[in-house]
Amino acid sequence: MNEPIIILDGLTKQYDQLVAVDHLHLTIYRGEIFGLLGPNGAGKSTTILMLLGLTEPTSGKVRVCGIDPVTHPVEVKRKVGYLPDNVRFYDDLTGLENLIYTGQLNRMTKKQAREKALGLLSRVGLSGAAHQKAGTYSRGMIQRLGLADVLMKDPEVIIMDEPTVGVDPKGAKEFLELILKLSKEDSITVLLSSHYLLQVQEICDRIGLFVRGKLIAVGDISSLSRELFANEPFIIEATVQHPLSAYSDSNRIVDLQQLLAKIEGVKQVVVEHERVKIFAAKDIAPQVARTIVHAGLDLISLSRREHGLEDIYQRYFEKETEIAV
Amino acid sequence: MSALGEKINQWWQLLVAFREKQIRKREEQIYHPFWVMVYKEIADHVRSWRFLIMGALILLTCMGSLYTAVQAMTSQSDQAASATSPGFFFLQLFTSSNGTLPPFHAFVAFLGPLLGISLGFDAINSEQHGRTLARLMAQPIHRDDIINAKFVAALVVISVMFFALTFLVMGTGLLVIGIPPTPGEFLRVMCYFLITVIYVAFWLNLSILFSVLFRQAATSALTSIAVWLFFTVFFQIILNLISSAIVPSPDMAPADQVIRAQHLVMNLSRLSPGQLFSDITTVLLRPTIRTFRPLTLSQVVGAIPNPLPLGQSLLIVWPQITGLVAVTTVCFALSYVSFMRREIR
Repeated sequence: MNEPIIILDGLTKQYDQLVAVDHLHLTIYRGEIFGLLGPNGAGKSTTILMLLGLTEPTSGKVRVCGIDPVTHPVEVKRKVGYLPDNVRFYDDLTGLENLIYTGQLNRMTKKQAREKALGLLSRVGLSGAAHQKAGTYSRGMIQRLGLADVLMKDPEVIIMDEPTVGVDPKGAKEFLELILKLSKEDSITVLLSSHYLLQVQEICDRIGLFVRGKLIAVGDISSLSRELFANEPFIIEATVQHPLSAYSDSNRIVDLQQLLAKIEGVKQVVVEHERVKIFAAKDIAPQVARTIVHAGLDLISLSRREHGLEDIYQRYFEKETEIAV
Repeated sequence: MSALGEKINQWWQLLVAFREKQIRKREEQIYHPFWVMVYKEIADHVRSWRFLIMGALILLTCMGSLYTAVQAMTSQSDQAASATSPGFFFLQLFTSSNGTLPPFHAFVAFLGPLLGISLGFDAINSEQHGRTLARLMAQPIHRDDIINAKFVAALVVISVMFFALTFLVMGTGLLVIGIPPTPGEFLRVMCYFLITVIYVAFWLNLSILFSVLFRQAATSALTSIAVWLFFTVFFQIILNLISSAIVPSPDMAPADQVIRAQHLVMNLSRLSPGQLFSDITTVLLRPTIRTFRPLTLSQVVGAIPNPLPLGQSLLIVWPQITGLVAVTTVCFALSYVSFMRREIR
């Protein structure tokens, strides 16, 4: 399980003035699902293109399945399936014909390609639409056809760029579950990039946070959150109904903030309009409720949750912008 | 009657069986990805409306011009017309006309570029616009295979089309005028066919170049057509202006000065690939033409007005052929290089 399949060592890509990818070090192991997370323009796509040998790195080393994609792109592309963002197919060919074409480009006979394509189409749930023109497919269907297309070559690694963009939430969830299922069945390594955190969170074994060409954190979600929020594992969110803005000097807010901060175990209190966020080392929801009510404010809702990827991401991203500023 | 029907049926069965066997064989063969792409591109071209329309247009106009050529020839044949170009009656199918429609070779020179442009103008940018290029590039193929396959596929389509057209004209002409071509004439027509393919390939490559440079198919189509219009219409006008400015009147200036100026204008006109093509076809299809240069009276005196053999005709236009092949190659090389350097996004 711990056999490295993708190794990036000091990978850098520079366009004129802009450094798209900055000394990236990353190792991905066989059989895992790795999520590359970052905002738009963080350099995720550029990294992926370099993995496939479609763009040459300015400096640094890449190994995919032990092969250098800079010098042997065709060998890499034989083992790696790539699903680009907003993938499209030839509109005037049917889904089946599109897959057969891919199969033939991977040196299959037409017969082999057809059999394989039909099998894959039923696995991704598109049997009924096999003979329909790809131009008539919905976004979700195209995405699933894309997955079948990637699997045509029996890849060791699948790389997906923004696989859920443009798909409705239900479709995206189904699609990600499909990826999870297929990758476990065939024990394929999956690298996917996304800026949509919540969906990806569910299926990824490990996650890399990618901001401004730099990988700022790598690990599974619980270790990332443990590392980041070691002292404050709980978040309590309270909504307080009160025309807070009516108090010209915001006396009451400060008041409430101070009151809450006095509770034992509270690390940080953030007040945004009617919403109050409390970061704490202990589960202190009852104390919080009591404090608010005692202060004479109307408590509308109170919720308690653990840190999700969004908090992690936001925290890291804040840090990064602070450094940049 | 029924015996014949049975026989035809037998042949048909054989043909169907043969075709099925071929299809089965093709199903079980591994092709190099390059040929897979070429095959797909050809299928795309042949099924596309634009090819059907261009093909129908060219077929119709060429049949029309063939008709007028045959009419002109039958009305001439009574007179002493055949005496002017003895032995090359067949070639007149391609060059003569009764004035209602331009001759065959003029039509090809006019519509051929349009065919080339229509097959190439969206070669690369349609893949990019349709977002299929990245997926294609992720297959185990070399990047240059893509552009090579696009070029080869269009070239095959063009070649097959003009090959069929040339033989159609020859066959129809043969039926109508009843005079078979001499081997020399046949070779001339074949050379003409080859040159036509190269000429159309030039426009094909130019439009492929634009399809790499411009992201919008409409922009590249319009640019290609603009270049074509420039060379067919405006270039001639500019040349006329230059010529009237620099060529002195023969009455006022010494002969060698006039000749030098005319040489200059002629060489300028050869900057246009269309001019190169028309030079070559004229010489190939009219064996009596022996030079393009202006001749003085003293040079003509004593010359025997015999037609030239094919080799000599080719020798006259050898520079033009070289030039045409060169621009075609340069266009392809440019599109190749710019495609290889293109960032995939």
